[in-house]
Amino acid sequence: MPAAIGGSRWFRAILVVSLALALVFLTLPVLAIFVEASPRQLISSLGEPGATEALWLSLKTSMIAIAIIIVVGTPAAYLLATRRFRGRSAVLTMVELPLVVPPAVAGIGLLAALGPTGLLGPALGDAGVELVLQTAGVVVALTFVSAPFYLRQGVAAFETVERSLLDASRTLGVGEALTFVRVAIPSAREGLLAGLALAWGRALGEFGATLMFAGSYRGVTQTAPLAIYERFGTNFTSALALSALLIGASGALLLSVKLLGGARGFGNAGG
Amino acid sequence: MAVATIAAAITTLAGCGDSSGTEKDQLLVSGASSLTDAFTAYGKDFGAADVKLSFAGSDELAAQIRAGAGPDVYAAANTDLPDQLNADGLAGKPVVFASNRLVLAVPPSSEIRSVADLARPGTKLAIGSPSVPIGSYTRTVLSRLDAPERDAILSKVRSEEPDVAGIIGKLTQGAVDAGFVYATDVEATGGRVKAIRLPARLQPSVAYGAAVITGASHPEEAAQFIDGLVSGQGAVALRKAGFEAPPG
Repeated sequence: MPAAIGGSRWFRAILVVSLALALVFLTLPVLAIFVEASPRQLISSLGEPGATEALWLSLKTSMIAIAIIIVVGTPAAYLLATRRFRGRSAVLTMVELPLVVPPAVAGIGLLAALGPTGLLGPALGDAGVELVLQTAGVVVALTFVSAPFYLRQGVAAFETVERSLLDASRTLGVGEALTFVRVAIPSAREGLLAGLALAWGRALGEFGATLMFAGSYRGVTQTAPLAIYERFGTNFTSALALSALLIGASGALLLSVKLLGGARGFGNAGG
Repeated sequence: MAVATIAAAITTLAGCGDSSGTEKDQLLVSGASSLTDAFTAYGKDFGAADVKLSFAGSDELAAQIRAGAGPDVYAAANTDLPDQLNADGLAGKPVVFASNRLVLAVPPSSEIRSVADLARPGTKLAIGSPSVPIGSYTRTVLSRLDAPERDAILSKVRSEEPDVAGIIGKLTQGAVDAGFVYATDVEATGGRVKAIRLPARLQPSVAYGAAVITGASHPEEAAQFIDGLVSGQGAVALRKAGFEAPPG
């Protein structure tokens, strides 16, 4: 027995050390930003031309992207989770593909698909839809890179909903649409919210695809990450301050979604 | 043990100054994006060391050096940034090694013939952001126009890009109709965009400066590399890429 106890002590030590390492490594850069940027700098950076505009644009475009993702993504995820059909896993892989595509590749792909000389570009142009170098283009880029986070999490969340619960609801004469709204969504709520937080965070941080597809113009397409990058070369202090504000905004968002879903939700969000 | 393994892996990846086992020393060169073609050709021919190149916006590279990244050579698309590093004790005395011209870049089929044409309604323009040299040169050009024309042109700007690659990319993708770039950038596209020369009264002096970084691991080779840019293989590669001799 002593050997076993010694072994488990070892194992416990490894667990604790690993967590400590992960914690230090993942929080150090975030802490450093707040240590280096004094509260006074934070406030004065807000007064800088372009800073509040960039933060506001980031919030606005990411909220529109998230709204689109919820409206289209929730039913799509439900279908993928509750039906078994030929080619389902191929479809799953395809909607998850943007997760592993580098942002620069996403930007090139969006230009090749929706740019003025792209696949659908001329058709969009005829319809009077202009995306490149427009705020709408930022929303397109954000939606593209962040939707898979919600879809993936949504499928996992709907898959954990008891089949019998959905069947019972239908047996009781509730239509499928109402079952989806009244039973499936509330049961999958925690997982859906976790996916929402991930997607929103990704959208707020988006850089490469936005720069390539939508460009960078103050008040129109220059989101907070682009504004931070612009300041990096000339005014590191101001870049730091704006970074701190963005962390604050993203952190507040993550926290409120967590509270909304109940902290428990994040424990099993992975499904 | 796991910690030791990870630490060892990180040290290896970070390349902590251990050059044992390699025949030639590595010379780290940070250059402005516009130098990519010329430096790549020169780097291959450079005999004294194995040249490792890294390209980005000049300001970005300077910020990296200030943050402690230590290349041996820093070559910028202006002389201000190397001068500032020198003044702060982060680099040796800068050498002016080449000059470039600003041009108006347009697609080959464009109807834009001059800077004045940019003010036409519906024109879309991409320029460098004010924080990078290409952006500040562009603003110098525009500041030499009279106010109404300058404002008309500025109102056509749709994107302020962090580097020249972004401007050329927006141009070749048809997102914008024109952009201000260096003559050498148009050269590098091999005909996908054409250059419109700026009148002499608008042309800013675009001089490139290079310096050996303080504390460089190979200061001798670094100085040799810069010498070659002024007169030698480097100068040949620069002319081939469309750069001109340093001013004065």
